[in-house]
Amino acid sequence: MTEPATTQAPVASGDLFDKFDGIIETRRALLATGVEDPFNLVMEKVLSPTVAMCNGRETILLGTYNYMGMTFDPDVIAAGKKALDEFGSGTTGSRVLNGTYAGHRAVEDALRDFYGMEHAMVFSTGYQANLGIISTMAGKGDYVVLDIDSHASIWDGCKMGDAEVVPFKHNDIDAMEKRLRRIPEGAGKLVVLEGVYSMLGDIAPLKEMIAIAKSYGAMVLVDEAHSMGFIGPNGRGVAEDQGVLDQVDFVIGTFSKSVGTVGGFCVSNHPKFEILRLVCRPYVFTASLPPSVVHTAATSIRKLMHAGDKRAHLWENSRTLHAGLTERGFKLGTQTPQSAIISVIMPDLERGAAMWEALLHEGLYVNLARPPATPAGMTLLRCSLCAEHSADQVQTIIGMFERAGKATGII
Amino acid sequence: MDRADTSARIASVLAPFNKKGITVTDGTSFAGDLEWDSLTVMDFVAAIEDEFDIIISMNQQAEIETFGQLVDAVTKLKG
Repeated sequence: MTEPATTQAPVASGDLFDKFDGIIETRRALLATGVEDPFNLVMEKVLSPTVAMCNGRETILLGTYNYMGMTFDPDVIAAGKKALDEFGSGTTGSRVLNGTYAGHRAVEDALRDFYGMEHAMVFSTGYQANLGIISTMAGKGDYVVLDIDSHASIWDGCKMGDAEVVPFKHNDIDAMEKRLRRIPEGAGKLVVLEGVYSMLGDIAPLKEMIAIAKSYGAMVLVDEAHSMGFIGPNGRGVAEDQGVLDQVDFVIGTFSKSVGTVGGFCVSNHPKFEILRLVCRPYVFTASLPPSVVHTAATSIRKLMHAGDKRAHLWENSRTLHAGLTERGFKLGTQTPQSAIISVIMPDLERGAAMWEALLHEGLYVNLARPPATPAGMTLLRCSLCAEHSADQVQTIIGMFERAGKATGII
Repeated sequence: MDRADTSARIASVLAPFNKKGITVTDGTSFAGDLEWDSLTVMDFVAAIEDEFDIIISMNQQAEIETFGQLVDAVTKLKG
């Protein structure tokens, strides 16, 4: 460029926050309608896995992913208290330096037993588990083939790893196969799937997809965050339920749903798996989980192995809510109840927020989900059931939906 | 593969996505001129991939902003 700088177009203000102006305006317009802020709720007191005081009201919780209701289990609480007394409040260190305590080993042992697999690696969050495993395994020149509705942690793991990222249409077996077929010969391939997709609560046809992935020589990673403890004969997830867990190379999961605390993990039978502890940056360069957390998780996971009755009750709750809301004229994300997530489709963000607020005033908390987290630009009221919801509570919930739906003109 | 042929084939795949009936030239941008959102882009990319039996990874898509750049990229991918 030879032109003097003075003739260039005027530069923008230089405020790096200008890029958020769109979302700032959307939020301002929503709150200007007078609706209670759906993204700023405070739980002042939590009374049980299913009831809390929210913004001053006693509220039934139907949007917590606390599927198995383990957060107030007496054995889990006792294990956490004991660990606080015996090991202190935190490890102040990385897993590979001073941050591996007896409890971290104990929870990895519990995971190995739960899944019947050789290796288990615990991360500080579920987000970091996907971020770390995907970015470390699939590097430059490799291909990651993934469902377009994958969780943000999967997308971020892809981006961080520098692999070629190839998405396919949600749950579309044919679209996935076409992409695998077109990958250059000799390139490394990782297929990333989820057992339950958390926005609509639908499950993946893992049996068919994994068979195809394997026929193209791809490794397979399945995120079972929303199915652990609940789906499958032993609660190992959708892959177990469809009889293909032995074909999965890596299962990713979390402690912040059915297990009832926080943390993430990967389990695998890969013979070289343990090397990941030294090369996976989101595992190495962060502090490990506090002792109380890993002891509560280990206790919870071992109890979830023998939770057949709770699983049966949770399925009953899911079927009852799905049928009840369908009968009352709500449009749901799935034709049949496929998981513990029942997603109610709203016409737009404004009416979705109005319905969310009406439910909150009834004494019911659900998740308001909106783009970009949702597929196809949908606004959703996402309900996640708990094994500790009583049959009566589920009927109460259906009544609340009916009243709020009529008050806001959704039904 | 001939660039003109590729350009014509891409144009015919693009036509049903061109809801605003914009005249498409090499300089036409997908986000700016055609005003496509990310979902439309995804469907269009899938259609192009199927038409030419190729993969255009997300990484490659990030470098393609205009019709002309897409024609060049597809021509190159088809060798």
